[in-house]
Amino acid sequence: MNDDSRPAAVRAQHVVKSFGNGDTQVTVLKGIDLDIYLGELLLLVGESGGGKTTLLSAIAGILDIDDGQIEVLGVPLSGLPSSKRTSFRGQTMGFIYQQFNLLPALTAAENVAVPLFIQKMRRPEALRRARAMLERVGLADRTEFVPKNLSGGQQQRVAIARALINEPRLLICDEPTAALDGPNGQKIMQLLREVGRSPDRCVIVVTHDSRIFHFGDRMANLTDGRIVNIEHISQERIA
Amino acid sequence: MNYVALKMLFGDRAKYLMLLCGLSFAVMLIVQQGSIFWGLMMWSQASITNVNVPIWVTDPGIAQVDEVKPIADTAVDRVRSIDGVEWAVPLYKGLLRARLPNGEYHQVTLTGLESATLIGRPAEVLEGRFEDILQPDAVVLDQWAVERMGGPTVVTVGTVFELNDKLARIVAIAKTQKSFTNIPVVYTTYERAIHYVPRERRTLSYVLAKAKDGIPIEDVIQRIQSQTGLGAFTAEGFGMKTIVWVLKNTGIGINFGTTILLGFIVGMAIAGQTFYLFTVENLRQFGALKAMGTSTLTLARMIILQAFTVGLTGYGVGVGLATLFGFLAGHGGNLPFAETWQLLLLVLVALLAICIVSASVSIIKLVRLEPGIVFR
Repeated sequence: MNDDSRPAAVRAQHVVKSFGNGDTQVTVLKGIDLDIYLGELLLLVGESGGGKTTLLSAIAGILDIDDGQIEVLGVPLSGLPSSKRTSFRGQTMGFIYQQFNLLPALTAAENVAVPLFIQKMRRPEALRRARAMLERVGLADRTEFVPKNLSGGQQQRVAIARALINEPRLLICDEPTAALDGPNGQKIMQLLREVGRSPDRCVIVVTHDSRIFHFGDRMANLTDGRIVNIEHISQERIA
Repeated sequence: MNYVALKMLFGDRAKYLMLLCGLSFAVMLIVQQGSIFWGLMMWSQASITNVNVPIWVTDPGIAQVDEVKPIADTAVDRVRSIDGVEWAVPLYKGLLRARLPNGEYHQVTLTGLESATLIGRPAEVLEGRFEDILQPDAVVLDQWAVERMGGPTVVTVGTVFELNDKLARIVAIAKTQKSFTNIPVVYTTYERAIHYVPRERRTLSYVLAKAKDGIPIEDVIQRIQSQTGLGAFTAEGFGMKTIVWVLKNTGIGINFGTTILLGFIVGMAIAGQTFYLFTVENLRQFGALKAMGTSTLTLARMIILQAFTVGLTGYGVGVGLATLFGFLAGHGGNLPFAETWQLLLLVLVALLAICIVSASVSIIKLVRLEPGIVFR
């Protein structure tokens, strides 16, 4: 499926993943071939249970695959031991979740700084950078708020700031607008769109939300464990 | 990540307080029950504690301090003659009935001290002068005797009562540790004690002794045993013998032991389960951290830090509450309550062990945790 001259950030080849065994075995990914390029925002769509989240987990190196190969930024994940994969994930990937997954006890700035804490950066420096990142996502006046005192849109922006703080080359987003109203969802996607435009970065968004389809460069439809089509989204749709 | 771990622990105040309450209650339960049990055991050997001498020489078949088996009067001189003994004095201990001026009868423990030295006398006197015990017909009561015999309006310094139809005049009230049976203690001289009690062939209850400085007490005890054929114990050894007898021959060992064991198990189960639930409730957060690149080792360290922080805080609060209980309820010596460092150390070790176990169970769950949980 390498139909683009740009370098691939993610290359999935014949990826197979099953759950359970015997009569109860269910094959969720049935030979996925997919290239995702640097400088693009790929939308991963399809019906529920089609395997989108499983593919996302496999690309993130969170889930072991049964067959095939996944390369992220040129590194074959299947060949890495679990600890190396965790470290690789921390250095190169950022995550945005449907439920934000902010740590409720930490302030917005502390939440954003968590990936830097993981990289063992000193707290004052990590917090300084986290506040600067929050300023970039428009939350300069909310740095010391705990998540419960932020709106859904603000929480998702904190999650985006957290995902971007260590400048990951691959941003993985699972239904990032599902818990948000229309305007907030559009703002969040605009932010992700800007990240995806960076030539050395790539954004993957799993979504059901047709209102945000126009933010993608391409849209891959994953149904019943297979990529049934990949659509290029015309640039005119991106306002 | 220690900072994040502690913020996770303290951040949700309600959850943290619930966790702390569970652990503190568990510790308080164990320390309080354990202290009451050991306090009771201390009461059972109060006769030894109150006399406060290093060596007790007894009948070789003695079982416990309150079950007196008289020995020959010559035993005092035999013990004195043994190399390494600095001094040896006689002690009489026996039950007698006292008749008060109001006609009431009370059973009392008569304790006869050697008149020349008064060795074995209580250290603290609440009223009067202990030395006045040397006056004719003089006796000294302990404060529990005053309480048991009707209070200071009935029994006080100057009160005259009868011991076996012979006059006894109270010259002082001494402070002692309460005994298990709480029978009033009446002190007098050894010679007068013999005068009070009915004539028996053997009247000497114990010989109290001390080893010379620089000579190991165990050696002296060994010599006394081998050269006299009598029993000889250190105060601690005799006290422990008494405690063992009480545990074996009364229901206290089984009944209280069961209560303490249950308290211990319940307390530790509460502590373990509370912390385990706390970790399980935070699994999603740990999953998010794992997905973001936190190693399992770091997450394990975070859980251990949380476990030890809350465990030690709960220990401090629990011990504090148990001590407060002991201070308030046991004030004045009316409640057996002995909070020993051995008990506190045992509870600390057990609590840390349960923290390690529950943290380990949580860590195993964490190792198996699929970070994909955060995508659901």
